[in-house]
Amino acid sequence: MSSGTDHHHETDPRSPEVRTEALEDLLVEKGIVDRARVEALIERFENDLGPMVGARLVAKAWLSPEFRRRLLDDADEVVAAEDIQGAEIEHIEIKANEPGVHNVVVCTLCSCYPWALLGLPPNWYKSPEYRARVVREPRKVLDEMGLSLDADTEVRVWDSSSETRFLVLPEQPEGTDHLDLEELAHLVSRDSMIGVARAQKP
Amino acid sequence: MTEVEILDGSLTAPPRLNGELVFEAPWQSRAFGVTADLVESGCFSWGDFRTRLIAAIGAWESTDDIDRPTWDYYTCWTKALEQILNDLTLLDEAELDRRAIAYAERPHGHDH
Repeated sequence: MSSGTDHHHETDPRSPEVRTEALEDLLVEKGIVDRARVEALIERFENDLGPMVGARLVAKAWLSPEFRRRLLDDADEVVAAEDIQGAEIEHIEIKANEPGVHNVVVCTLCSCYPWALLGLPPNWYKSPEYRARVVREPRKVLDEMGLSLDADTEVRVWDSSSETRFLVLPEQPEGTDHLDLEELAHLVSRDSMIGVARAQKP
Repeated sequence: MTEVEILDGSLTAPPRLNGELVFEAPWQSRAFGVTADLVESGCFSWGDFRTRLIAAIGAWESTDDIDRPTWDYYTCWTKALEQILNDLTLLDEAELDRRAIAYAERPHGHDH
């Protein structure tokens, strides 16, 4: 960004920076918005929500076939049972990668994303290029992002909506059967749960 | 934006358990926080907001390259927020315009 931390002074009333400040102040003056609540919400999304929540679910699924079955059957039930915050606003489906099948998630129209499990999406997920191209040429986009798939692997692209958010359950890396939950969760990157990377090797 | 830019930033940044910086500028976090507060207090739903966000993104995407500004997600977000506030008569566009013009005309070095 060109502005922010420097002392640049925004003088265009159409700039989103000026309009956002004006909009917030007007809503506060009208008693519609409360600054302390706004700050608490920003804090929550910046610090409390994030991919570590999803990573723990994935690690649990690797450790327990029963948990994995429940997660794939009814992720909403599991998310509620695990007392995960923010789950009330979205219906989540988990798509498991397996030999010969790779899943990848996009929101073609805007930026729908499983906030409760991954936090807010990265910039590239919201970019016009990713949203358009991963549907049209998923294999090429994944290759550019550093994930090359075998030619005979089927790629399934899941388009998120306001009704359904998707999370990819990556395959457990070989040679990690002896690891515990925390160790396994560290191998599960955000990108592997969007489906643009594999889980890391220890 | 080029293909290289898709790959820039987040993917090359060191993996962090809690993700990376979610907002690139303070105004982006304010725009998000105000929207989240309006949803939490029941002024509208995320679904209602999403309809306007899709429209704002769609408007950018359907504008010719030479006529449109550089892609910026949170600019689309603020347009969607202005739209829904106007639709629900919570904030009149003209009132917002007047305040924005007044803020833009502030002397340098004003106290934020």
